[in-house]
Amino acid sequence: MLLELEHIFKTYSNDQLDVPALKDVSLQVERGDYLAIMGPSGSGKSTLMNLIGCLDRPTSGTYRLDGTDLLSLSDNALSEIRCHKIGFVFQSFQLLPGETALQNVMLPLSFAGVRRADRPEIARRALERVGLGDRLDFLPSQLSGGQKQRVAIARALVNDPEILLADEPTGALDQKSGAAVMDLFEQLNAEGVTLIVITHDANVGSRARKILHIVDGEILEHRESPQTAGEKGAEPA
Amino acid sequence: MWENIRSSLRGIWSHKLRSFLTTLGVIIGIASIIAIVSIVEGTNRKLERSLVGSGNNVTTVALSQDSWPYDFSSGVPSGIPVVSEGLLQQVRQLDGVEGATAYRTRQSWNGAYYLDRPLGEGTITGISDSFLDTMQFSVARGRDFTAGEYARGGKVALVDESTVENLFDGADPLGLAIEIQQEPFVVVGVIRDDNAQAAEYDSLDDYYMYGYRSGGSHVYIPDQAWPIIYQFDEPQTVGVRAASTGQMASVGSRAAEILNTNVYHDSIRYTAVNAMEDAEELKTLTNSIQLMLVSIASLSLLVGGIGVMNIMLVSVTERTAEIGLKKALGAKNRTILAQFLTESAVLTSVGGILGVLLGIGLAKIISVVAGLEFGVSVPWILIAVGFSMVIGILFGAMPASRAARLDPIEALRRE
Ligand SMILES: Nc1ncnc2c1ncn2[C@@H]1O[C@H](COP(=O)(O)OP(=O)(O)OP(=O)(O)O)[C@@H](O)[C@H]1O
Ligand SMILES: [Mg+2]
Repeated sequence: MLLELEHIFKTYSNDQLDVPALKDVSLQVERGDYLAIMGPSGSGKSTLMNLIGCLDRPTSGTYRLDGTDLLSLSDNALSEIRCHKIGFVFQSFQLLPGETALQNVMLPLSFAGVRRADRPEIARRALERVGLGDRLDFLPSQLSGGQKQRVAIARALVNDPEILLADEPTGALDQKSGAAVMDLFEQLNAEGVTLIVITHDANVGSRARKILHIVDGEILEHRESPQTAGEKGAEPA
Repeated sequence: MWENIRSSLRGIWSHKLRSFLTTLGVIIGIASIIAIVSIVEGTNRKLERSLVGSGNNVTTVALSQDSWPYDFSSGVPSGIPVVSEGLLQQVRQLDGVEGATAYRTRQSWNGAYYLDRPLGEGTITGISDSFLDTMQFSVARGRDFTAGEYARGGKVALVDESTVENLFDGADPLGLAIEIQQEPFVVVGVIRDDNAQAAEYDSLDDYYMYGYRSGGSHVYIPDQAWPIIYQFDEPQTVGVRAASTGQMASVGSRAAEILNTNVYHDSIRYTAVNAMEDAEELKTLTNSIQLMLVSIASLSLLVGGIGVMNIMLVSVTERTAEIGLKKALGAKNRTILAQFLTESAVLTSVGGILGVLLGIGLAKIISVVAGLEFGVSVPWILIAVGFSMVIGILFGAMPASRAARLDPIEALRRE
């Protein structure tokens, strides 16, 4: 099992108020899985993703990634995990505006300690993988929303992570570019990338193999997606 | 590291005005330090050259009272006989002495006139036939006094180039008469100091009296003619030429000892004017002034540092999202820390370099205006730039650690 969460609780404590964001969440994800986490606003989806992505620690529970118990690790070691095992895709892309597509994709390589001379080539391959081989030197402001999100996906993939985490990846996109991003996810999943996508869009969720519904910090149901009960090949982007 | 420096430089360039204003304190601080150091260094070098390095290695042994030079205008004190040829001979035989000569001299303002034209600042000196050789002066034009003029006190004069300029507008003075105390003296020769660097002042007191201006114009007459214009039997000053600069001090004090065997006054004694010591004394003075000024300038650096800290805090706030993103992508705390520390260090270093350039410019201007030597040294430039870098690291530490500790979730949530 690639990823195992057991009895995870997360409570945010404000001044006097305790906000329980996750209540007894248990979850297992296999290598090569494609999971959609769905639920209404404020149900705890982002909180869960931050925990899975090692950006935050739960109040209680256990979390193993690839067999390693992550909760005992230092902040530094968690940075290391984020760098090598996890790729993030955000709703608002989070590209550095002053840097080109290629430079944005090279950023995680510098954190991983890849030799500088090797970085452009690796980043270029990642951009080609998301179909942007001809946009290497474009600044984010010169790219469409869908292209920006694909640059962000290339950046998430560039260090060959175990899991790709996407929080509302189509939230800032129109229908068409959103669909293109979902096609890309399917293609990547077919290539063996493990995917966890957070969304409240049923169309987006339905394209995953499994759907996790969470409401008020609790898992409501965890089921196979009806459309993906059988094998499904990659669709052209 | 290189990447950090490069991206810092890019950041500074993209916020040119802001970076400039931020580092203004550092620029001004460093510029004033460089300028101060240059002025002091220039003064020291000039002092050294004019007090010690006059090149002829002559120590002046003069009468002084309570460590002040004795002023003969108030009369001739009793108990101080004229320096005899025998005493001078004793001095000449000292180890390390190459020559000795006795003379009388007056610092004076307008001590001589040509027609109605006054000499201005200068000296009138009564010399014997050993003077030119001991002082290593030579006759550039005209002639030396004759043996007869030396012996009987002819009303003749030797002048230096400065006198030619001031009294005769550079025209040929030979054969013309100048007036000293209403007595005419005919100029027979123009003399030149053979050592390239003429002494500009002979002692610390002259230095205080005349400041940076040159010691003025010098007129020489035969010593035997001295009573015509000043007093009879006025005590002399003795110039002793040492074989080397290093021997000046010891030769001077031994000569003073010999000369004092002939002095019967309670408080007036012959004392060697030790230019070396004077120079050192002055240098200590200028150096302590330098220390004071540099500390004041450092205050401006401190203020500059606070400005840098402020702008770095702003920068961290502005780039919260970027920091959060980098952390989410796997940047370690120390990576972020290094990035911001580099940025503030590069910022202040650039300020430091600009400050050094500005300071060098200021020093150049001051050195030209004040007639000082230009004294900026490479070590000081390195110290200044290094110091500004240290300021960047010190004052950048707080903002940088704040950036490094930023919670990535908080940072990403803020858009
Ligand atoms: N830093 C925080 N401090 C306090 N409460 C928080 C904090 N972050 C999240 N919460 C609360 O935790 C709950 C879950 O938030 P979360 O962001 O996970 O929801 P979400 O499912 O991602 O919602 P959305 O679909 O709107 O993004 C919410 O009630 C929220 O108010
Ligand atoms: Mg959310």
